Amino acid sequence: MKYEEMQESSESVNMTDSTTTDTTGETSAPKMTASHVDVFYGDKQAIKDVSIDVNMDSVTAFIGPSGCGKSTFLRCMNRMNDTIPIARVTGDIMLEGEDIYAASMDVVQLRARVGMVFQKPNPFPKSIYDNIAYGPRIHGLATGKDELDHIVESSLQRAGLWGEVKDRLQDSGTALSGGQQQRLCIARAIAVDPEVILMDEPCSALDPIATAKIEELIHELRGRYAIVIVTHNMQQAARVSQKTAFFHLGTLVEYGETTDIFTNPREEKTRDYITGRYG
Amino acid sequence: MANSGTEHTVKAFDSDINQLRGMVAEIGGRSEQAIDKAMRALENSDLELAAEVVREDKLIDDLEKRIDELTFQTIALRAPMADDLRELIATFKISGVVERIGDYAKNIAKRVPLVTKTRRLTPISLLPSMSKIASELVRDSLDAFARRDAELAMEVNRRDQIVDDFYNSIFRAVITHMIENPKDISEAAHLLFIAKNLERIGDHATNVAEMVYFAATGEPMPERTRGEDPTDLLDDTLSDEAD
Ligand SMILES: Nc1ncnc2c1ncn2[C@@H]1O[C@H](COP(=O)(O)OP(=O)(O)OP(=O)(O)O)[C@@H](O)[C@H]1O
Ligand SMILES: [Mg+2]
Repeated sequence: MKYEEMQESSESVNMTDSTTTDTTGETSAPKMTASHVDVFYGDKQAIKDVSIDVNMDSVTAFIGPSGCGKSTFLRCMNRMNDTIPIARVTGDIMLEGEDIYAASMDVVQLRARVGMVFQKPNPFPKSIYDNIAYGPRIHGLATGKDELDHIVESSLQRAGLWGEVKDRLQDSGTALSGGQQQRLCIARAIAVDPEVILMDEPCSALDPIATAKIEELIHELRGRYAIVIVTHNMQQAARVSQKTAFFHLGTLVEYGETTDIFTNPREEKTRDYITGRYG
Repeated sequence: MANSGTEHTVKAFDSDINQLRGMVAEIGGRSEQAIDKAMRALENSDLELAAEVVREDKLIDDLEKRIDELTFQTIALRAPMADDLRELIATFKISGVVERIGDYAKNIAKRVPLVTKTRRLTPISLLPSMSKIASELVRDSLDAFARRDAELAMEVNRRDQIVDDFYNSIFRAVITHMIENPKDISEAAHLLFIAKNLERIGDHATNVAEMVYFAATGEPMPERTRGEDPTDLLDDTLSDEAD
């Protein structure tokens, strides 16, 4: 793995101890709210006037044809686009009512509160233990070894990986299978107790069994974290999400209950896409 | 309207769906024909034609099985969504309902030998008009399916009231006849069963129509307010007649 990739990954797991996840009483207010978001790469517009709420109690799936702007929009939600020099974002994105693009917003802290899991599993070339301990350690989340051990174990537990790796915590993270690596990356995101987890095609490099495990994991994590998943797999979107957003050519065409989108979409474009009539 | 002709990227999916549509049209046509033949057999005391209806019911049964198999396969292999999914679910259910319609026609045909022996009873004169409407409902409900026509489906549901009204008139006429002519009771009972079968056919056509409406719009059909049926008490005994 290249050093820059490690840096990017580590940024996404940073956090401070001030954020805790409240799983109660958040069913009504949206966790994140985007209003009238435009994104430009140079003078090419990739996202056009997108407004959307992301809720705590549901998994939200972003679907749409390749190049429609799913990843671009996802990256806006934790300012990952800041790392792309030609990218320019306008509009408002609020996390719990706070403008994440405000000058006062600490980007490093933001990316801890809004964690990200990428298409290709990207564990650090370090031990399994250190992959998880890295974030909490550099931010002083644990006061002693016992506490750190506890964070590592509970993160791996929640990511459904503990049973498979508890006897080999000192092995390299990169020695795990692809599916295990992806769950390791999810455990790493969880270790800093984020509020939102963004996943960009987290299963596209995995076999059906590893995919099923990630889907089960998403199901388990639901309610504890607001989860947004980009997927090209329609069945997967239908299986894991409660809300689905369909993007097309940079616009949000339709956003609604997953069951409605997949059984009775309102928009012709949505229908054509999910029934395989697109293009 | 749903399924407005745009093709799927995967052409084999379209060919499955088209094959299924053809089979639904065929099973619909066969059961509509079965009703008409059974009623002609009744009117003309044509035992040979009645026997043909009973024989041909096999074809309807086989067709239902083939439709179910292909629907099942298509759902498993193509993982259909939205209107495709609704259409396939509707296809699956419609084939079952239409097969039942065929059974009712067969049931009518089986009674032909039992009502030809004695002289004709007056209430029988209402049956041809009743059966004409019942078989029209079957045809229209399947046309509605072929055309994804939610409006026509609604209309089928409304027109089923006419079949129900016919049934109620025949019911009263037959009961009156039975009281006045006790020696005709057994033959009159057969007539009543035939009328009941036609009434059930109308109901099944509305079931098809409801599925068509759902397939086309994604919404359940708004409920029809039914007229009062004085014979509802008899339903338990009579509606199990088809086999
Ligand atoms: N770093 C970049 N620089 C310039 N243009 C970009 C950049 N990233 C994305 N784009 C453009 O923005 C548009 C949206 O891309 P994006 O990656 O968000 O699409 P996507 O929906 O995630 O597609 P896919 O499903 O293929 O991942 C595309 O036209 C793409 O070419
Ligand atoms: Mg993408």
